Amino acid sequence: MRLLWLLARRDLAQAWASGGLWLPVAFLLLVASLYPFAVGPDAALLARTGGGMLWIAALLASLLPVDRLIAPDRDAGILDQIALRGIGEEMVVLARLIAHWLGFGPPLLIATLPAAALLKLDGGTIWMLELGLLVGTPALAALGLLVATLTAGLRSSGALAGLLALPLAVPLLIFGAGTLGDGSGAALKFLAAASLLLVALTPFAGGAAIRAGRE
Amino acid sequence: MSDAALRLTDVACLRGGRMLFRGVSLTLGPGESALLTGPNGVGKSSLLRLCAGLLPAFAGTVDRRGGIALTDERLALDMDLPLATALAFWAQLDRAGPEAVSAALDALALPRLADVPVRMLSTGQRKRAMLARVIASNTPIWLLDEPGNGLDSASTDLLGAAVATHLATGGIVVAASHQPLPMTTPLTLALADYLPDAMEDSP
Repeated sequence: MRLLWLLARRDLAQAWASGGLWLPVAFLLLVASLYPFAVGPDAALLARTGGGMLWIAALLASLLPVDRLIAPDRDAGILDQIALRGIGEEMVVLARLIAHWLGFGPPLLIATLPAAALLKLDGGTIWMLELGLLVGTPALAALGLLVATLTAGLRSSGALAGLLALPLAVPLLIFGAGTLGDGSGAALKFLAAASLLLVALTPFAGGAAIRAGRE
Repeated sequence: MSDAALRLTDVACLRGGRMLFRGVSLTLGPGESALLTGPNGVGKSSLLRLCAGLLPAFAGTVDRRGGIALTDERLALDMDLPLATALAFWAQLDRAGPEAVSAALDALALPRLADVPVRMLSTGQRKRAMLARVIASNTPIWLLDEPGNGLDSASTDLLGAAVATHLATGGIVVAASHQPLPMTTPLTLALADYLPDAMEDSP
């Protein structure tokens, strides 16, 4: 537990110091403010499509920090130094997942409020959007981290990370956007299941990827 | 710290489909040191990574007893943090107190730089910071890759003193270098003697 706290605290401090925390927030707000220019200022149309648009924006925003999640620490030898101390890569990835979600999820949830206002979403939709993002952002964070571990050390890893992550993110998008027009709550449960699966899988898959990529 | 040991038995290293060396055996106990020598690319750094357990041995076994500290060409300190804070992160992971960091800074004449961000340090200062990380780790087995590179003569003496102190307290030092290091009577391992036969190497 102490180890996890030490690692996660460093990761969060690094993310904060690098200024990368603002990137997803700025991206989401930018998309929300550009969208009405593209489809026109028809309030009914914006309200009907805006929720799904924000889900796409959240998904793409989660890919923005991918290239600074693992690769810099790998290149600086920090991952090797942690391994020397007998700390498993799974622990490293789990700590990073916690830190990455803390730096990515809550700011995105807050940024969604002004973004929803820009798109004239009604109260019920905003509520479902926030709930869905609360359940879905851990999965988005896990997915970003997973592709970051897989592509660390490769050239043009950012583009490759996008190509890898987007197919895997399709279920999240379907269930996430599905929560908006779904009264039964089934989509939210599927979203939660997909989220749990990704969060549980990422430390092991990511740890194995880091070990395999060591040279 | 006195029961530390490092034993390599008939180790071979395969990297990128090429056999770098084979048949390397080495046994070190408390207070013993080894110096790896050889031209560039002969596999000195690979052997150190093998000793550290970061690379799997293609053949043979590597046995370690005791914690490992490694310096290689990478600093592994957070660039934006002050030097003492960056070192303290590793000391915390090693369960060493803040006094371990200040002792390590003292040993390498770095206390004046404790509040300077790591990215502002010069090459030689970075090399000393890396050694301070090793000293602060309080581990018995030190693996030093080219520890003397970029050090001025005063810093080289500090390195020699730090290594001597470590050996005197029952530590183990394996250093790779192509230049003379201030170490007394190390076991010298010329890696060029362990190249695989040219016959087997050719397709």
